[in-house]
Amino acid sequence: MLSKEIVMMIIGMGIVTFIPRMLPFIMFRGKELPAFLQGVLKNVPYATLGALIFPAVFYIQEDIWYGVIGAGAAFIAAFLGANVIVVVMGSIAVLSAYSLFF
Amino acid sequence: MTIDQGTRFKKGCQAGISIAIGYVPIALTFGLIAKTTGLSLGETVMMSMIVFAGASQYMSLSLLALGTGAFEIVLTTFIVNIRHFLMSASLNEKVEPDRTINRVIYSFGITDETFSVAAIQPGKLTTGFMFGLNLTAYLSWVIGSGVGFAIGAGLPQTLQQSMSIALYAMFIGLLVPSMKKSVKVVFLAALAACFNIIFTMTNFLSSGWAIVVATLLSAVLVEWVEGIKKKGQVSNVE
Repeated sequence: MLSKEIVMMIIGMGIVTFIPRMLPFIMFRGKELPAFLQGVLKNVPYATLGALIFPAVFYIQEDIWYGVIGAGAAFIAAFLGANVIVVVMGSIAVLSAYSLFF
Repeated sequence: MTIDQGTRFKKGCQAGISIAIGYVPIALTFGLIAKTTGLSLGETVMMSMIVFAGASQYMSLSLLALGTGAFEIVLTTFIVNIRHFLMSASLNEKVEPDRTINRVIYSFGITDETFSVAAIQPGKLTTGFMFGLNLTAYLSWVIGSGVGFAIGAGLPQTLQQSMSIALYAMFIGLLVPSMKKSVKVVFLAALAACFNIIFTMTNFLSSGWAIVVATLLSAVLVEWVEGIKKKGQVSNVE
């Protein structure tokens, strides 16, 4: 069963989500942006990662220690040179152990 | 597809696996909550297929439960997802030249997570890689939503709790190697994190805007300071 109103809403949500994703590839196609702007856009990934991790990682569970311990485990694993999948699986394992004991 | 693009596609799929691990528990829960909110299986899967944006899909469910109108939900979705503009603009500088239609297709799959994985790759991004990466993430999200609805349950609670770290662990796993190589990256991430914490704690901005503004402020500030330093060095030499 599909209700017409819900379907229209979903299509609307899809359109407004797709536009910001797609627009830069058309707007800036083949254009050489000013050097400063290019520099800023190259910085964006690292800044985004900082903002995506904090403060949200502290709120993944009501118990703030989940985020602190999980992020700590991930940081140590990554710092020691583990690849991303190992970092992800490792921090899940550490939190599983944590929830087993507490 | 040439053999070359085929290999790149496979590489993209492999890079997408850590995203899929993070998406599955969230997608299962989305399917489950969609069911309790009163959506049908068709509507639930359709939303994941057409919108493909976790935070705004969750938000739409809680707004629907509150009886919010469709227009307001669409508007909220736009505001929450406007940050992808910045991510696409950044990726646009990094992708290999290709037909616009291919870029438009893979741009549909840009999320916080696919962006992060793609942006950290060394060198230019190939179309094959982008398709593999985004498709892996997309399928895990769509299938996960449907399965969550159908079985009417998420993962066992302890596993669900432990797995809620997955995407953040991935972000950390992507960020740390770059931090080790460059102090600039440390500043970029730390500054953006501080701005975002301040904006969130003070309720100064909604979370969608907070990430955009924190990212931009940090990226511009660091670039500006670096520019001043370089100029200083040049005039010292002169």
